[in-house]
Amino acid sequence: MHLTIASDPVAVRSALDTVLASTAMLGLGDCARGTAEIVLAEVLNNIVEHAYARTTGEIQLRLVPKSDGVFVAVCDQGRAFPHEQLPQGILPVIDVDAGLPEGGFGWFLIRTLVQDLRYQRTDTTNHLSFTLLTDAEPDSVH
Amino acid sequence: MDLTATAHGALLVISICENRIDAASAIQFKERMREVTQTPSDRVLLDLSQVQFLDSSGLGAVVGVMKLLGADRKLELSGLTPTVAKVFRLTRMDSVFTIHPTLPDGLRKAS
Repeated sequence: MHLTIASDPVAVRSALDTVLASTAMLGLGDCARGTAEIVLAEVLNNIVEHAYARTTGEIQLRLVPKSDGVFVAVCDQGRAFPHEQLPQGILPVIDVDAGLPEGGFGWFLIRTLVQDLRYQRTDTTNHLSFTLLTDAEPDSVH
Repeated sequence: MDLTATAHGALLVISICENRIDAASAIQFKERMREVTQTPSDRVLLDLSQVQFLDSSGLGAVVGVMKLLGADRKLELSGLTPTVAKVFRLTRMDSVFTIHPTLPDGLRKAS
């Protein structure tokens, strides 16, 4: 499926509803569906907040079911990532005494929950792609 | 952001009556929590049993609420649904909060 989403947190919320109810997601069980919602929310809201930095723009989302999950491609015409590289997504240090982190979790979650993450900047467009696995339960890594 | 706050002695129980705390609602959640926690209490128990989804903005807002309560007033969580629990578990934030499976006996009808 193809979807064009306005760069706005409320539009992202309604796009997630549409995507999760779509036939492209039918192969995912409840757990993988929850994972998909986390990942897509982080990816799309990251574009709203950083690539477009609250200016107007469009996000193009494409989902293609495959044998082991769903291939996801996301494009936007906002700013490139610094140095045209994805954030490393290291889990912020959790130290109650030093002050708990209130952000910096997004890319950690994305990197933990997807496979085959790729990013490319061409001319004016950011291209991000990854696979959401049908049987994904990377929590068991811990 | 629809929520209910009920005092039970030294415990203030706040039930979130929304199905998500996300980038579109995190700021509002934090502001509403700031308002309702003006009621004095030793402990604050946040009932998340109706919240089906929470993203990193929502997580940040819950941490923010914990900080604004200060060190002497504990924020505890209750009723994490599977996807919400996953976000807390993956980010290791489940080690920071006391998390109850459900509201304590006797309080369940409060919401």
